[in-house]
Amino acid sequence: MIGLDKKRYFRRRAINAFNLTISMMAVVFALFFLTWILWTLVSNGLSHLGTSTFTQMTAPPGSQGGLLNAIAGSLLMVFMATIIGTPVGVLAGTYLAEFGRTGWLAPTTRFINDILLSAPSIVIGLFVYELIVRRMGHFSGWAGALALALIALPVVVRTTENMLQLVPNSLREAAAALGAPQWKVVVMVSYRAARAGMLTGMLLAVARISGETAPLLFTALNNQFWSSDLNSPMSSLAVIIFQFAMSPYEDWHYLAWGGALLITLFVLGLNVLARSIFRKNIGS
Amino acid sequence: MILPSTNMSEPTLRNTNAILDTLFQNTTRLFAFLVLALLLGIVGTLIVGSLPALKAFGFHFFVTDAWNPVTIEFGALVPIFGTIATSVIAMLIGIPVSFGIALFITELSPAWLKRPLGIAIELLAGIPSIIYGMWGLFIFAPWFADHWEPWINEHMGALPIVGQFFQGPPMGIGMLTAGLILAIMVIPFIASVMRDVFEVVPPMLKESAYGLGSTTWEVVWNVVLPYTKVGVVGGIMLGLGRALGETMAVTFVIGNAHDLSMSLLMPGNTISSALANEFTEAVGDVYSSSLITLGMLLFVITFIVLALAKLLLIQLATKEGKQS
Repeated sequence: MIGLDKKRYFRRRAINAFNLTISMMAVVFALFFLTWILWTLVSNGLSHLGTSTFTQMTAPPGSQGGLLNAIAGSLLMVFMATIIGTPVGVLAGTYLAEFGRTGWLAPTTRFINDILLSAPSIVIGLFVYELIVRRMGHFSGWAGALALALIALPVVVRTTENMLQLVPNSLREAAAALGAPQWKVVVMVSYRAARAGMLTGMLLAVARISGETAPLLFTALNNQFWSSDLNSPMSSLAVIIFQFAMSPYEDWHYLAWGGALLITLFVLGLNVLARSIFRKNIGS
Repeated sequence: MILPSTNMSEPTLRNTNAILDTLFQNTTRLFAFLVLALLLGIVGTLIVGSLPALKAFGFHFFVTDAWNPVTIEFGALVPIFGTIATSVIAMLIGIPVSFGIALFITELSPAWLKRPLGIAIELLAGIPSIIYGMWGLFIFAPWFADHWEPWINEHMGALPIVGQFFQGPPMGIGMLTAGLILAIMVIPFIASVMRDVFEVVPPMLKESAYGLGSTTWEVVWNVVLPYTKVGVVGGIMLGLGRALGETMAVTFVIGNAHDLSMSLLMPGNTISSALANEFTEAVGDVYSSSLITLGMLLFVITFIVLALAKLLLIQLATKEGKQS
């Protein structure tokens, strides 16, 4: 009897040990790929980043070139997208958190927004193509910026709502008791209390759109030359990386690696910055 | 006297504030409505854009494997098959690995390791998809072709029924490679949802099970998992939604071939990579409309999957709310 129990006990212990080991291996598996990807990026990218990367335009294969027009195009479109997307997202998020206690609009919007958050970005590109590019008859930087803004929008809505909901109601009540009208309560109390969190959301949205390639393929297209005109096709770092990496030319591959390292450093840096702001102000 | 004059301005000030209040509230409402309008706009635009192709091919479009811009014959079967095949591979690998990671973080990890592991997962989720694609094309695919595909060909290709999936030249480019890279991409999404839902399990439940003499595995399998199964499935659906719609990582390594092949080692196509590769070069109404129809199909599928994920996660949240 005791022998049987002992046997069962050891079997249970063995199953436990086995499965926990597998679980540890799953962590090692993920960390292995993370290190591999980052190491590949650094070792391939660092040696191909130089001053020429930042001072010269993209060049035809065979001649030395840089990524200046792509970097500038990316920065310009991401900046415009943030300018368009953030106010819209903040206001929509404000409605969800401050006014949407009754009615069907707030729950429905919240639901749809969470779906748009993970919707395929290439479909957003398709939408903007049909909406703008087809009607104007040409690709443009504005179309690219709009596509990026539509991807940033759900991120901003979500974080704005979450951050406003963290603001204690007693703060709002105190302001209302002093006679402040509701718009003043929201703008001067809620926004101020949730400022750091909303900034985090904006930075996360910028990080998200900085690495996006798919929505730019049919909207901003690409441009081999310097262009700061948002009405004409515009190059971006992500699309240039795609084009150069898929090409058969060795020197274009090198530039693509350099660009890939730049874009990853930028995106991960923004993520880290956003989270550190969040931890410092709200997490504690 | 000063008093009357302030009394005079009081009602006008109150009126201004009332107007501003209504104005502010309605502005925010308008923008909330804009988010809904965005969804309707996307669906409407895609339906209008897909009409020429649906008129030309009808329902037949979804079940034929033709893709010929010269004779203007198009069918969605190959991209649909590729999208599903790569996502299934991603899920088969991604789900167990994510579960293992979530289990490790919530039950096994020493406290000092939890933060760094969380950051590592966030990093993995933060790497832009184009980087996964580039790494896949230049580093992973050649390595996979040299070291793994011959072995897969030899051992798994010889198996009776599933063998046909694993026969083919070891090129590195193909649906299996794309599925593997997708798996790495969805792991952080699924793992972080699983970790979050595992953490809502009341400690008392787990402690009672430990008190009865359960092993860690038994607690996770018999207490934590049944308690959180709705949320776990929600997290999986979230990952699936990402995998179905992922574009850049797949486009680099799928090979962009419109051939229907049972072998996962052969190049194929997914809906998103067909769009990325061909849309700007599509000539003629029917060709571009066929691609837009593919986009609509992708949007509808991911919408359903993501909506289910969301509903399940809401269900778990309400259950948790009731108990605490």
